[in-house]
Amino acid sequence: MHRVKVRVVEDALDANNTIARANRDDFDRHAVTVVNLMSAPGAGKTTLLERVLHDLPVRAGVLEGDVQGSYDADRLASLHVPVTQLNTDPGFGGECHLDANMVRSALPALPLDDIDLLVIENVGNLVCPAEFRVGEDARVMVSSVTEGEDKPLKYPLMFRTCELVLINKIDLLPHLDFDMEQFLHNLDAVHPGVPRMQVSARTGEGVEAWRDWLTRLPAEVPA
Amino acid sequence: MHELSVASAVLDTVLKHAAGRRVTVVSLRIGHLRQVVPDSLAFYFELVSRESLCEGARLEQEYIPARLRCDGCAREWDPEDAWFRCPGCGGPGDVVAGNELEVESIEVEEAACTA
Repeated sequence: MHRVKVRVVEDALDANNTIARANRDDFDRHAVTVVNLMSAPGAGKTTLLERVLHDLPVRAGVLEGDVQGSYDADRLASLHVPVTQLNTDPGFGGECHLDANMVRSALPALPLDDIDLLVIENVGNLVCPAEFRVGEDARVMVSSVTEGEDKPLKYPLMFRTCELVLINKIDLLPHLDFDMEQFLHNLDAVHPGVPRMQVSARTGEGVEAWRDWLTRLPAEVPA
Repeated sequence: MHELSVASAVLDTVLKHAAGRRVTVVSLRIGHLRQVVPDSLAFYFELVSRESLCEGARLEQEYIPARLRCDGCAREWDPEDAWFRCPGCGGPGDVVAGNELEVESIEVEEAACTA
């Protein structure tokens, strides 16, 4: 027995990225535009979807990622859009994020012929989801004002990876010490010029812009 | 906290290239911007590699400092605290180095050639 050195020089996420590209090809074949929606737990992803999905002028579906349970899927199902639940617990070891392979396993359950837009609601987590592409066209993250203005500096991987940042819960600003100017300054330092919207899922303030963004996306993403 | 996910991805990559051979050393190149804590990655790698061909393999981690380059004035800098705007002109910077998350090489055991 002797030892030999094998040159590898491969990104550790290559395997995931390869599957993500296969997912993307399948989505493209069905002309479905895909959004990967990410945030910390409780930032308001599901509520922001509830606000816009019921009267979105494009045919939308949701792939709901959670470690366990179907609480979010149950909430969204009442909006009469197709919702598919994907739990990371059985078979995937309770992963704290969705990866390309998990999304691939859910493809047969998705009504791809009946929708133009698929929103994948990722597991609530500001770290791991940023690392794993799942085949999306665009990444949107929600950062709520209760999380503090330092979050872009603490989680630059997440804030740098997205095409849109939704700053949620602005209805709470009068009750908080949150410094919006400082947050925007930090956001711009980490991801210069990234589009951002200030919204309140609770009152509906600013939600129109989010709805418009989702509505326009299928036309803007190159087929 | 993403070190467990990273360790699993590293293990998958290594096992693919090991092609059934026992692995004794894994050499990684990890950029500053990946925010990987070396001790934490070593801990999780030891955990996920148990009962695999990587069990007991030594994990070597080469740290790659971050380097950004300004789109506008071509100035290069090392971003402190994730500051991606040029300290000179304020323009956005491109990552030149620091995004690596790479399995550089592995050392494997091979049966001695008897021919």
